[in-house]
Amino acid sequence: MSAVEEIASQAPAVEAVPKRAMTLSSGTTFVVVLLLLVVPLFVKNFIIFQMTMLLIYGLAVLALNILTGGSGQFSLGQSAFYAVGAYTSAILMEQYNINYALTLPVAGVICFGFGFLFGQPALRLSGVYLALATFALATAMPQILKLGFFEQWTGGVQGLVVTKPDAPFGLPMSQDMWLYYFTLAITIAIYIFSVNLLRSRSGRAFMAIRDNEIAASAMGIDVATYKTLAFGVSAGITGVAGGLGAIAVQFVAPDSYTIVLAISLFLGMVVGGVGWLPGSFVGAAFIIFVPNIAEGISKGLSGAVFGVLLFLVIFLVPHGSRQVAMVAQQLLGKLRKN
Amino acid sequence: MELFTNQVLAGIATGAIYACMALAVVMIYQAIDHLNFAQGEMAMFSTFISWQLMQWGLPYWAAFIATLIFSFIGGIAIERVLFKPLTKAPILTQVAGFIALFSIINSCAGLIWDFTIKQYPTPFGSSPFLGSQLISTHQAGMIGITLLLLVGLYFFFQYTRVGLAMRAAAALPESARLVGINTSWMIALGWGMAAAIGSIAGMLIAPVVFLEPNMMGGVLIYGFAAAVLGGLTSPFGAVLGGFLVGIFENLAGTYIPHVGNEMKLPIALALIISVLVIKPAGLFGRNIVKRV
Repeated sequence: MSAVEEIASQAPAVEAVPKRAMTLSSGTTFVVVLLLLVVPLFVKNFIIFQMTMLLIYGLAVLALNILTGGSGQFSLGQSAFYAVGAYTSAILMEQYNINYALTLPVAGVICFGFGFLFGQPALRLSGVYLALATFALATAMPQILKLGFFEQWTGGVQGLVVTKPDAPFGLPMSQDMWLYYFTLAITIAIYIFSVNLLRSRSGRAFMAIRDNEIAASAMGIDVATYKTLAFGVSAGITGVAGGLGAIAVQFVAPDSYTIVLAISLFLGMVVGGVGWLPGSFVGAAFIIFVPNIAEGISKGLSGAVFGVLLFLVIFLVPHGSRQVAMVAQQLLGKLRKN
Repeated sequence: MELFTNQVLAGIATGAIYACMALAVVMIYQAIDHLNFAQGEMAMFSTFISWQLMQWGLPYWAAFIATLIFSFIGGIAIERVLFKPLTKAPILTQVAGFIALFSIINSCAGLIWDFTIKQYPTPFGSSPFLGSQLISTHQAGMIGITLLLLVGLYFFFQYTRVGLAMRAAAALPESARLVGINTSWMIALGWGMAAAIGSIAGMLIAPVVFLEPNMMGGVLIYGFAAAVLGGLTSPFGAVLGGFLVGIFENLAGTYIPHVGNEMKLPIALALIISVLVIKPAGLFGRNIVKRV
């Protein structure tokens, strides 16, 4: 017995974003990169640290954006991949004395494999159910990390302390500043990679699947492969972000990677604008700074303030910062004409 | 062997919790074509309301009924105010809305009633049931209510006009509108019912897991695992899946070393993944054929 479901009239899971609208113009990019390069020279160490975290969370949100904005799949489980990346880096650095820079590719590759494998069962689910299954992954991850079986590597509940690397070649920089520029270089590299990925054959395949899975498979796209590939790439980038996060925070523990982190990353994506890659960093700024503001408004109610803000974004600016940027651009254009 | 039967019995007792939640997940999905993430939190909030009413001196069953009505109206109100405007929005936006609701309710409950664990009374008493050491009368009552709920919902959806209209509105909204069904209100009704069923689940679970703002997190995931196991399209499968998951959890805890209470969620996750890999439609689910 089988049930027949009409899907022709259904709304797609994620609204389509035109390919050209996914990136910034070259002029704006230049200004942003210049600012990112120069600002740290004039601010305090704590602010440099926060900017580093912004880039790291930005990478994690970017990874989610490739998965959701690119291939139309949801994930509330990004914190799990972030945790695996962080633990990979921390274990390699502290237990095996491997150079921090070399641990990041390893974290990326391991997370890619993990994401690719998780993508297999995830193929059977779509929409809200996929969100719920990844939600289960995110809630289970801290408990898996606490397992006695892994304790000799992970340090169990206590976690691991990670030493912060010094600037190499005797560069006259503080540790924080070096780490910032190191993170910035990796972020730019991954950003360029992501932009090119979405413009490539694979990226077009992702977007075809996002817009209409059946039509995509009719055009000869191997839906299963590309869906799992999107999961793998997204997890890999999240893993690198996690590794960087472990080095920046100098500490990994199971309870740093709960569902709260996964929800924050998801929130960052919605605020930044789904499918708009530069928005990932706007979203990251939101999830780093707004909780502080929310706690300033009311200590116990920070979750509620967060939720209310999310509803406001959904109702007022459903395309997140992309919409704001577009409105700003139009206003600028009008001003120039006058 | 005696250990085995005892553990199976205990598993059925805990399984009733999951069955209740899985029923809410599947039934409501069937009826309104939505799956609400904040369901568990809404149930938790309702349970707190009933606790508060009892603190103010209301007897158990009066508080029970009052909470049911409150949840029903609350569910409808949330749908009308927050989610009706999002009906046409992409699923992503709706998921974001559910998460926002989740966060708001959890945080508010924590602020109003704080995060300390509270005792919650049971109407059935906690003496051993029929002389068995493993099932208390409360757990037996919980199983009974779950089955009653299942039968009641079955008759509602199968044999009443409103039930039929709700199924029609979920399955084929356009056609349903053409024959004069107010689909928009059917969805609101579905939200109200989901909230009410959730509150029953919450009030039954609270004596077992104790009352606190995060009590529903694990239960929702187990409910989902049960629904996946039983087949997402089958309410009967969901209830059976709930009991099976409860038994499985208890047996795994007894016979596999290192599996304690802290392994609960990884087991649920492993279960979800293995069912999806081996038998994606679940035990009793139907394969859905898509028409382009």
